[in-house]
Amino acid sequence: MIKITAKKIYIFLIFVFLYAPIATLMALSFNASRTRAKWGGFTLKWYVSLFENREIMQALWNTLFIALLSSLTAVIIGTVACIAIQKMGKRKRALMMGITNIPMLNADIVTGISLMLLFISFGIKFGMGTILLAHITFNIPYVILCVMPRMKQINPSTYEAALDLGASPAHAFFKVVFPDLFPGVLSGFLMAFTMSLDDFIITHFTKGAGVDTLSTKIYTEVKKGIKPEMYALSTIIFVTVLLLLLLINKAPKEKIK
Amino acid sequence: MKNNRLMGKLFSSPYIVWAVIFILVPLGMVFYYGLTDKTGAFTLENVTAIMTAEHAKALWISLGLSLISTVICFFLAYPLAMILANMNVNQHSFIVLIFILPMWMNFLLRTLAWQTLLEKTGVINSILSFLHLPVLNIINTPYAIILGMVYNFLPFMVLPIYNSLVKIDANVVNAAKDLGANSIQTFFKITLPLSIPGIISGITMVFIPALTTFVISKLLGGSKILLIGNVIEEEFTQAGNWHLGSGLSIVLMIFIIINMAVSAIFDKDGEGSFL
Repeated sequence: MIKITAKKIYIFLIFVFLYAPIATLMALSFNASRTRAKWGGFTLKWYVSLFENREIMQALWNTLFIALLSSLTAVIIGTVACIAIQKMGKRKRALMMGITNIPMLNADIVTGISLMLLFISFGIKFGMGTILLAHITFNIPYVILCVMPRMKQINPSTYEAALDLGASPAHAFFKVVFPDLFPGVLSGFLMAFTMSLDDFIITHFTKGAGVDTLSTKIYTEVKKGIKPEMYALSTIIFVTVLLLLLLINKAPKEKIK
Repeated sequence: MKNNRLMGKLFSSPYIVWAVIFILVPLGMVFYYGLTDKTGAFTLENVTAIMTAEHAKALWISLGLSLISTVICFFLAYPLAMILANMNVNQHSFIVLIFILPMWMNFLLRTLAWQTLLEKTGVINSILSFLHLPVLNIINTPYAIILGMVYNFLPFMVLPIYNSLVKIDANVVNAAKDLGANSIQTFFKITLPLSIPGIISGITMVFIPALTTFVISKLLGGSKILLIGNVIEEEFTQAGNWHLGSGLSIVLMIFIIINMAVSAIFDKDGEGSFL
């Protein structure tokens, strides 16, 4: 009994540690005083002025656009790559997986500056395009790591059976293989989207002047003081995601019943 | 058969092309810049620049702080992963979710929130003084940076360890117990050795980002403490000396490669994966 209580307390403490800053940010979004240091009473005004703040809305739009487009592209390239890697010989496969691991294991700062040097050397203009290319690059490994385990579980005979029964390769793939892959593809997409959304370091090195995502916008605001609208926006994003996830988590259980 | 091979080529080519252009060539450029001077002549000066007092100090502080953070992460994460793995809820995705969820609140804001919590008159100190306990003065010190590192990278230690613990066959543990091992023996002889792949990949996923960060030190260290990441970042964004910045990055990559080699020895099948 004591042991179980101790375990529960331990889990609780870790969760407080992980979520205390998030609770703090949420509280700050309702703080009437402009500074972080003082509590000036409850207000909702930042939630109103947020939607009038053009710069923040532009940064939000950029962030979502980049996250969505980069993770979708990464899902397509990554899934196709998984099919090909699965067919490769052992050595070639190990080589491909090794290359795939480079952006995952390498430091973000090195990935960032290496891409920055690439874009400079080839005279590519820094802007949305460069951020997008960089994000696709670090997103592909997450997709491959999510899809590959599923790929290994698939029995190739089912695909061959579909072919024998007269299905075209494309038809057989989408009817037989893809449904089995789908959970992996979906978690790869979500993972890539989350990583893209939360990235600062690589965006910092690959963005052009005048183009900002939420991360880089926050970074430039650090010295001047973060605008309270930022707290309001993050609270909205966080609560939205939380509700969505709770809904998704609940849905399959009802199906079983 | 020929058709099949053609398909394989067609499918693998987009990613191979992408990987060469955006992974291998950029890394090659870092080495090119790092090993040449402004005239394009070969030099090792940018790499040996790590020996100068200022850079060596930054590297030492980075190594020290990231090692301490990794150790703290490990001792916090292992019991947690064990508790989660033994809960038998079989809600793998839910547990992963809880640790990924904070990432939906921007990483910079979450780290900044610790300023509010740690400040002299911040939330934690208000609570401490209300309870008549001594107040903490750790903001803008190395302790705050360690806290920031542990906070940001703890999930990357918990998830791989959790994943490798879940994979352990319960029969192996039961067999050890049947053969008379007590729970401490079972832990050190069975559970711990079998979770090494997870531990190694957890260590990699905490140590590398902690070693190379420049953001956490800037936000919580009061920009007085320079880590090697800060030095490199300044060379690229302010000083504009890409050759020196690349040379120092090569030094960082040496540490990364050592770490990858070690993890390849212990985790041959990639068992201790993050997901």
